[in-house]
Amino acid sequence: MSENKAQSDLFESPRSTWEGCSVLLDINDGDRLVFARLSSGATLKIGNKNCSLQPLLGCPFGSFFRVENGTQGPYLSRYTPSTEGNNVLEKGDGQSIDELRDNRALVDNNKAQSLTGEDINEMRRLGATGDEIVEALIANSATFEKKTVFSQEKYRLKKQKKYAPIVLLRRPFTRSICEAYLKKYPTRIGFLRMDTLSLLLSMANVSANSDVLVVDMVGGLLTGSVAERLGGTGYVCNTYIGGSPYPMDIARIFNFGDEICKRIVRSPLTDLFSVQNGLQKPVSQDSDSCNMESQSNDRISSPVSMEEVSLASENVISDLIPESTSSPVIKMSKPAKLGEKAPQEIISSWKEHGFSCLIIAAPELDTWSLVKEIFPLMSSSAPFAIYHQYLQPLATCMHNLQLGKMAIGMQISEPWLREYQVLPSRTHPCMQMNAFGGYILSGTKISPN
Amino acid sequence: MLPIDSTKKLSFTRCIRDGDLVIVYERYDNMKAIKVCDGSVLENRFGVFKHSDWVGKQFGSKVFSTKGGFVYLLAPTPELWTLVLSHRTQILYIADISFVIMFLEIVPGCLVLESGTGSGSLTTSLARAVAPKGHVYTFDFHEQRAVSAREDFEKTGLSNLVTVGVRDIQGEGFPDELSGMADSVFLDLPQPWLAIPSAGKMLKQDGMLCSFSPCIEQVERASETMRSSFTDIRTFEILLRTYEVREGKLDDFQGDEAGSLGSLPRKRRQRSNEGSNVRETTGPPTVMARPCSEAKGHTGYLTFARLKCLS
Repeated sequence: MSENKAQSDLFESPRSTWEGCSVLLDINDGDRLVFARLSSGATLKIGNKNCSLQPLLGCPFGSFFRVENGTQGPYLSRYTPSTEGNNVLEKGDGQSIDELRDNRALVDNNKAQSLTGEDINEMRRLGATGDEIVEALIANSATFEKKTVFSQEKYRLKKQKKYAPIVLLRRPFTRSICEAYLKKYPTRIGFLRMDTLSLLLSMANVSANSDVLVVDMVGGLLTGSVAERLGGTGYVCNTYIGGSPYPMDIARIFNFGDEICKRIVRSPLTDLFSVQNGLQKPVSQDSDSCNMESQSNDRISSPVSMEEVSLASENVISDLIPESTSSPVIKMSKPAKLGEKAPQEIISSWKEHGFSCLIIAAPELDTWSLVKEIFPLMSSSAPFAIYHQYLQPLATCMHNLQLGKMAIGMQISEPWLREYQVLPSRTHPCMQMNAFGGYILSGTKISPN
Repeated sequence: MLPIDSTKKLSFTRCIRDGDLVIVYERYDNMKAIKVCDGSVLENRFGVFKHSDWVGKQFGSKVFSTKGGFVYLLAPTPELWTLVLSHRTQILYIADISFVIMFLEIVPGCLVLESGTGSGSLTTSLARAVAPKGHVYTFDFHEQRAVSAREDFEKTGLSNLVTVGVRDIQGEGFPDELSGMADSVFLDLPQPWLAIPSAGKMLKQDGMLCSFSPCIEQVERASETMRSSFTDIRTFEILLRTYEVREGKLDDFQGDEAGSLGSLPRKRRQRSNEGSNVRETTGPPTVMARPCSEAKGHTGYLTFARLKCLS
């Protein structure tokens, strides 16, 4: 497998990994999500062990791996889960009704388990597999037999996660990237939920051959998701106010080939306008942009691993920490370049034709003053979608657009998403949910005359 | 509808031509799709509109009737189409549609299977997502519905991206020649569990399946069937709450009298009129928003699953 594979297959994303490809590793069924770039030298820390990611190379996406103990220490080994669920929960629908056991005999005194940490370490030294340790823990639990079938299963699962972790190899797509970031680093993506993002893309009618203008202050997630929908056609122009472009790191997690990367460009808003007004750009601005170019190239070489991004930092830009030796994933090959400065001739074509649509996710900018500026760049009848975590900026913006007769079909909407546990006779909404997906102002621009 | 031909995309310079499909917008809750035809007229409560007046205007223009009423002419999009299409069946709306497309990981070039076609609301968005090189195969067992759907895709210019088949997917499964070719499969069937084994056969390894059902009993049974060859089985419900925005003036409460919260507004107003510390009785107009009181309470449950990777 070579990198060429991803790049040649413009419209067919590969179903197996290759050297240098970006992957999402799902450890223990969503407990931990790590983005990694595969190479023979890359490693991943699972529990307290460092495992090479080499065995993942060339494997189909969707493969399962578990940690095995080898002569040279622990390593990841691919395995095929049985087709029939070996889960008690899955075959236990009759038992749920007849269940007689309950928690009356359980005492929370931490004495139920007779195996000590030393015992477990000793077992490991003797080469016991994770599954064997789990079985031993169950055999030595004084209370296991008294538990209900469901809590027995819960217990088994908990121990399995600790002693026999499972790694699932996933292709990074907008959905998984968004979900993973919301779970771990929601501030970096402005708390943008996957359903909200999907609505932004629909409401703005992002489709092949569109020229999409975005204001992306959500780390490049929006830009990446638009580029994914464009599939190497049209353009996504990431515009910014002021001197430095907004970071687009997340867009580098997608496995975009050259064709798609070329379609991701950036431009300061003033440039889109100076051309709009037929004015020449001041020379000083050009040298500014050169500086930015080199800055953003630095960013390209920053590690893609999410795990290493500091949680404490609120500042998006300082999150982009340089590659360090302690990085769990050592990246060997650089991902394709994306986010080049928009070439003059394309800016001129946008001037002539206008953008097909607009998406804004800029929680730090005043919505109305931004929209007022940016609106003339869109062609007439172009749809737009604006995300915000607060209602008031969108309400004000909508009111002003109405007063100015600039747009119609406007609506502020807020998505609500609830996940369910579905099991025979035990279906109910999940106990935990994300209660807020933000607000979207959508509408269609009308002709000013 | 889609800019598959890049010269036809929305633009400052592109104008409405004879034969174009336009969305006639009267109000947010009143729109209509019309094929522009020189010589034709549109009659509604705002008067008579001559199509010939529309030709040469930009999309997004306001156009006037003979008696001075007006409407807007918009370029069609799958979202607008969902609001204007003729309902032959219950249709999927924007929130479910958007979520399905994202969760099924549909990107340009994908091959997607759908059953049933219904009114083609989702199909239109699927076509947009796979364009320009992918394809949607959609099946409905209802001959007449399939014919109407084909006519609609012709009208919206999506025929090259969508193939409508007449087939009972619950009874016969998807056609064998599509085995192992689908990136994603979408089912909106009364008994999805009957079609799930076939859907599994159609999918590429690691491919995604979605089943849409209004009732939880359908979801339970479908999920049971999925467990043998699918993983990551997840069920969601998605709804949209919409807000109304208005500008209004609110009475300014004079907070200078502790313990007199019950006093009448009239009394306060009198007091402030005669008092020396005069304050405005009403504040400046403010823009306010509140949720609309009517909303859809339920559309359906979306169950997603990924084909286990066993090879």
